[in-house]
Amino acid sequence: MKMTVLKSAIAGLALVASGAMAEGGFEINGEISITTHAATPDYLDGALPELISGWEFRSADTQAMQLDDFDNPGMLAVEAAMVAWDEVEGTAEKSCASCHGSAEESMVGIRAVYPKWNETAGEVRTLAMQINNCRTEQMGADAWKYDGADMSAMEALISVQSRGMPVNVAVDGPVAATWEQGREMYYTRYGQLELSCANCHEQNYDNNIRADHLSQGQINGFPAYRLKTAGLVQTHNRFKGCVRDTRAETFSPGSAEFVALELYVASRGNGLSVEAPSVRP
Amino acid sequence: MKLTRRDSILLAMGASAAAMVPFTANAAVEDLINAFTGGAAVGDAGITLIAPEIAENGNTVPVEVDAPGAVAIMLLATGNPTPSVATFNFGPLAGSQSASTRIRLSKTQNVTAIAKMADGSFAQASSEVKVTIGGCGG
Amino acid sequence: MADNVTPRVRVPRDAAAGESIVIKTLISHPMESGQRKDGDGNLIPRSIINRFTCEFNGQSVVDVTLEPAISTNPYFEFQSLVPESGTFTFTWYDDDGSVYTDTKDIAVS
Repeated sequence: MKMTVLKSAIAGLALVASGAMAEGGFEINGEISITTHAATPDYLDGALPELISGWEFRSADTQAMQLDDFDNPGMLAVEAAMVAWDEVEGTAEKSCASCHGSAEESMVGIRAVYPKWNETAGEVRTLAMQINNCRTEQMGADAWKYDGADMSAMEALISVQSRGMPVNVAVDGPVAATWEQGREMYYTRYGQLELSCANCHEQNYDNNIRADHLSQGQINGFPAYRLKTAGLVQTHNRFKGCVRDTRAETFSPGSAEFVALELYVASRGNGLSVEAPSVRP
Repeated sequence: MKLTRRDSILLAMGASAAAMVPFTANAAVEDLINAFTGGAAVGDAGITLIAPEIAENGNTVPVEVDAPGAVAIMLLATGNPTPSVATFNFGPLAGSQSASTRIRLSKTQNVTAIAKMADGSFAQASSEVKVTIGGCGG
Repeated sequence: MADNVTPRVRVPRDAAAGESIVIKTLISHPMESGQRKDGDGNLIPRSIINRFTCEFNGQSVVDVTLEPAISTNPYFEFQSLVPESGTFTFTWYDDDGSVYTDTKDIAVS
């Protein structure tokens, strides 16, 4: 099925109109440097000429909302998570802080390498999986709903501590099989519309699909504050929506399929700065 | 269809004039404007409305209004189910008679701002904002 | 009844006497418009912040009437004169009767 390709002036306007956009990046609060362009890693075999953050594809108004933490509604969730970080919960009577101390110190660089291999558990873990593991095993607390507001907010809080750092997930060693599974999914056509991730995000990024300006589908900015839902949206939420939009039976947040896909898609962004929580339409 | 005087004037003015003077045949909007102005004449100088030409998502559209010397500015989304958006009343300590906010627009429409000036006069500015239906916005 | 309604304001810490400063305010609130329907097709009733005021040392800076068309997590940016040192008081009024406030001191140099 051939996709309609429309060259949109919006892309040009958005890039030109935003005075705050520096060549290849922007600054948050005038201090955190965010890299929005990166060289394509070897293991992608030239699938993309370069890596570009979703921020670059947004209108000037949307981009502006990320330049200052006060203007970024996603930061409201981060503040809520800071309160949750200190809350004692569960049979072990601990809070996150009991083991990890301050999030600002202990969580630096963590988000940048997730999803990653957990040796003890013998599996690839996403950040949400690890958070729930901490809650159930260390705190004796109930697991949070994988894509609930509490989890998204905590992911955002942890992500903030890696802001500006390059995404750097492993693609070989014990994660190789999972990464390969994710790669296969990325190039598989799903649904009645028979669309793969690559059809839009590799072959047609920067073009418009109806009124949406397609990005490369990077997840360095997730969890993202979506203007559409006026709330944080996680990676798996977005995957679920994308697969559903191909008119396929979609997968669940937290499923093995999406864990693999998340690892692979994260690796397609290795080198871009962690931007979460980003602001997206 | 019974023509009101406003409708007759609109027809007479023609499409290009209608685009310049952003009247709308929407009764609800007219009522809101009349309630605010008391039926007084509304000029078009002295008020600025900044809104995007295309809203990336209709749920959160940034707009800015500015009317030096205004006592109040009323913001209307003329195509929304209920056109009222907000009314800014400026007090004696306002550093400027301007404000920015984020609004919801249900579809492509004119956003209108009407300022009530300190001298009792009124001024209006309008801007069309395109609200698109996404392709795969999920 | 809205949960977790948190106000945030940004005010410079100091200013010159008579200077005009930029103030930004944000409050986490769903701003349920009254237009949405739940899973059973019933209208979810309106529940919004309907008024926001900013005062400085008891004098009004701005008084905003909000309607459902203001986005979730209402955001306002405006300017205030700072004639002397003092305190800004920000107040948000909820449809459900709740009142949220925040204050910020500012020193005039």
